[in-house]
This record gives sequence, C-alpha cells and structure tokens, in this order.
Amino acid sequence: MTELTRLTIAEARAKLVSKEITAGELTDAYLAAIEAANGALNAYVAVTPDKARKMAAASDARLAKGECGALEGIPLGIKDLFATEGIHTQAGSHILDGFEPRYESTVTANLWADGAVMLGKLNMDEFAMGSSNETSYYGPVVNPWRAKGSNKDLVPGGSSGGSAAAVAAWLCAGATATDTGGSIRQPAAFTATVGIKPTYGRCSRWGIAAFASSLDQAGPIARDVRDAAILLKSMASVDPRDTTSVDRPVPDYEAALGHSIKGMKIGIPREYRVEGMPEEVETLWQKGIAWMRDAGAEIVDISLPHTKYALPAYYIVAPAEASSNLARYDGVRYGLRVPGKDVIEMYENTRAAGFGREVKRRVMIGTYVLSAGYYDAYYLRAQKVRTLIKRDFENVFAEGVDAILTPATPSAAFGIADQDMNADPVKMYLNDIFTVTVNMAGLPGIAVPAGLDANGLPLGLQLIGRPFDEETLFRTAGVIEQAAGHFAPERWW
Amino acid sequence: MSVDTATVKRVAHLARIAVTDEDAERMTGELNAILGFVEQLNEVDVDGVEPMTSVIPMEMRKRQDGVGDGSKAEDIVANAPMTEDNFFLVPKVVE
Repeated sequence: MTELTRLTIAEARAKLVSKEITAGELTDAYLAAIEAANGALNAYVAVTPDKARKMAAASDARLAKGECGALEGIPLGIKDLFATEGIHTQAGSHILDGFEPRYESTVTANLWADGAVMLGKLNMDEFAMGSSNETSYYGPVVNPWRAKGSNKDLVPGGSSGGSAAAVAAWLCAGATATDTGGSIRQPAAFTATVGIKPTYGRCSRWGIAAFASSLDQAGPIARDVRDAAILLKSMASVDPRDTTSVDRPVPDYEAALGHSIKGMKIGIPREYRVEGMPEEVETLWQKGIAWMRDAGAEIVDISLPHTKYALPAYYIVAPAEASSNLARYDGVRYGLRVPGKDVIEMYENTRAAGFGREVKRRVMIGTYVLSAGYYDAYYLRAQKVRTLIKRDFENVFAEGVDAILTPATPSAAFGIADQDMNADPVKMYLNDIFTVTVNMAGLPGIAVPAGLDANGLPLGLQLIGRPFDEETLFRTAGVIEQAAGHFAPERWW
Repeated sequence: MSVDTATVKRVAHLARIAVTDEDAERMTGELNAILGFVEQLNEVDVDGVEPMTSVIPMEMRKRQDGVGDGSKAEDIVANAPMTEDNFFLVPKVVE
C-alpha cells in the first residue's frame, strides 16, 4: 500500500468515502510524519495531536453514517496567522506570547464545518512580513528541497514558509496561507507546490491577524491544482463580519478543471522580463508559453507599463497599513508586557522586546510616511500609482485577454542567512517583484510548479486572472501541471 | 528624501518603540535604503489620477443597528497580562 501521507486530498477523499482507509489512520500517519520531521524542518510551531484525533474520530463517525463534508477527515495545517479557538495563535511573533483566542477565524471555521482535521499551527514570517520565513520568532523553516549533491539548508520562501514546507514534505494534506505581496505564491514556487491568492474579498479576513488590510487575502497551498481548487472552495465564503467580503456565490472550482483552454487569450507582459533574471527562468517561461499554445490558447504580447512601480508603491502602502494595524499590540489586552515607569514607557518597552527587526523596520517606515507633512508625498502618491497599476490590468482584460502568464519568482530558493539579502532589505523585497502587482490590483494569481533549475531546485510559473475568475486560473494552471509533471523532493530529513 | 538619526528617534517614539542609540543608527541606514528605493515613484505622472480607495468596486454593506454580540467580558480579558474584575490593569496614567 502507498504511504498514506503521499495521497493527494482527492485521492484520500475517495479512499475515505469507500472506507478503504479511516480518518483516524490518516491523521495518525500525519502526526507520526510531523513527529519525525519537524525537528529538522521546523514547519510547525504547535502540533495539536489530541484535537486532531478527536476531530478524526468525529469524521469517522460521520463517514460511517454516510454523511460527509467536502473535506471530511482530511488533515490540514493552519498558518499561525489564523485565530484558532483555544489554540496557539501568535502570527510568528513574540509580542503575542501565550495568545489563545476565544474565537475562530471564518476561514478555519469553514474548513472544520466541511469536516477537515487540524494538525497544528504552521510557522511563518513574523506578522507575514518576509520572503524567507527567517523573521519568525520561532526560527527559520528549512525547505525540504536541497540543491543536487548539496546538504546546504535553503529557505522555503515566505511568509507562508511553514505552509509550503509542510505540504511539500508530506506533513499535512494541504495548508492555509495568506498573501499580501506574494506570501502564498513565492513559497509555493520555492517548494514545487501549488498556491493561489484569490481575488481580494473572496475569503473572509475575519480572525486573520491583519498586516495590510487592503492587500491581505487568504488562500491554500496544496500538492496539486485539483487539491488547491478543493481547498479554496471550502475556505471562500461570503461573511457579514468582514465588510470587504464580496457578496458572490462560491463556484465549484474543481468542476472548472480539465476543460479545454482552446481559443483562450493568454497575455505575456513584456515588463516582466527584468534585468538580471536568470536564463533558466526565461527558458521556463518560454516553455510555459509553448505549453499554452500547444493546448490551443492564443498567445498575445501585452504591456503593463507601471509594473516596475508596484514594488516601491507596495513598500509605502503595506508598511503604512501595518503601522496602524500593529498599534494594537501594546501590552495591555493580550500577549507580552514589559513594564516601564509609566504607561508610555511600558508600551515602548513591550514593542521593543516583542517585535523583531523586520516588523520594527516596517512599522517605522509606515509611521514616517504617514507622519505630518509626508502623507501627500508618499502615501497619497503611492495610492495614485496603485490606480495606474490596476488600470494597466483593466486595459489588457478589456482587450480580451483571459489570463496573464509570468514567472512566479525571479530565482529559485536561496540559502538560509544569505549574506546579500541580510545586508540589504531591498534585495529581499525584490523576491516579490512578479507577485506584488497582483495584490496591488486585487486580482487572483496562482503559482504552479513548472520545472527544476540546473541545481535541481523547483521553479514556478504564475497565472493572473480577471477579478473573481479563479476558475480560469485553475484551468490554465492545470494545463501547465499536465505538461510539466509533478515534482517531489528527495527525502533527507 | 532621507532621514537622520534624530528623525529616526522621533519616529520610533511616535511608533512607541524603544530604541537605543545603536538601534537608531542602524535603522537610519535601513530606512534610507528603503526611502531611496521608493523615490522612483516621483517619475510617475499622477496628475489627475484618483488615489485608490478600494481594489474591488463595491457598495458598502450596511447592517442593522442592533446588538449582535456582547456580554463577553471574561473572554475579552482572558488573554490580558494583568486584569482585575474584568478590567485591564495598566500603570497609573493620571496623578
């Protein structure tokens, strides 16, 4: 029999329904895998075996009665950013020390309502600020992928690094993640997993620790396109508790798979050919274009002229929103408190001890660009540039383009404690150069594994769609997946 | 635009983050690198462009003006570092 943890969600679902396996067996297999691997990979910051076994037993009882939800008995990992009732929820930060919320986020509540089983909470960059999972208070996550013939530890990307590593290393069947500038798609690309950031407003943000409210969106990381479609269907909903949740029924994304893409128009934006991009990324992109053409799509060259301004505009908008959102962590209502001689000093000491370097850096930038006299020069201008970035996309969609194909990241995974990235924060930020435009415009984007580089490390392609047209993304990503095949790391941990 | 160490200290105080002289010095360099990077936005002609307020055009949803939730004082203070009788305790703020 195949190892239970190697089953995709779709495969496990079929075996659970046919009673070939039980949810209890599947959950135990994952718990054993986590126990064996987490010391090396550091993907989980909290494992919840008792809760997992209880949820699995409840699933088995429902399955026995022939009642089953869309994710009945499927063991999942949850990013530490999602509030889970009575369970460790710290957003990878020290400042939320000991925080166990008294409520459940809408996204996770949707998953449990569909029968999913929680294995634990996944490591992440602190408050989702990072592209390497190195800003976590709990230390870096190690990528299950290594370069051929090397035993050097690589980053899994970030901020959803724990989610991507756990999915790639068979430590959960699928995981929740969030994406503010690329935090689902970049780690997916670094680990040969599939990650989708849906349209802004598709998943409720209620109960997700806020980073940049106008950009944050939840989405899944999964082993293949079908699993991502299954997970998104359960995660997405219309939520009266989030005013930006969009009142639109959630389609059956899985049903969109396998349909022909004949006649679809796929746009190739010339501005995504950036200086210093490795030859291999360009080659892979050309391969993706060929796969689309072979499947009957029409390839069109397009221009998104404001692309290069998306990242600088992001580094004004996101820190500005973060500085406001993170004002709530003050040592009064939850988490860490470091005493001071008065209340102000208590705030200052708490925040100095509770926030890591990257978070402080962004709160400081945000505070500065919003401070008196600078608002117009920075924030207002960045929001105007954002309008132009969105308009670029609207123009190409109006010309009949159905989806846009780009590389997912400018490189493959890099080493932990990379000298260049550590010396210059901007260098780390450039990881998101292909993904951040999508958040700025509120569009859906999917990263799908497309090949390996000369060192045997995964590279991904990204597809960008019209607002609320995730179905086209699943369909086109499915074509790439079929042509490229599946990629799995060699187990060393 | 660039910042000096005195400005960094002022911003840190506004952000309620205690910084040492050494922190302030390091942050000055880092912040200037980021401010230098975002400078390129000045090349963009934004005359007559509306600033973005919402990425997805939508009407604001309104709800009934009624009590939907409440009477959860214990839940609300459950995670606080210091409380008394369902109040948050902080250092004295008025003399």
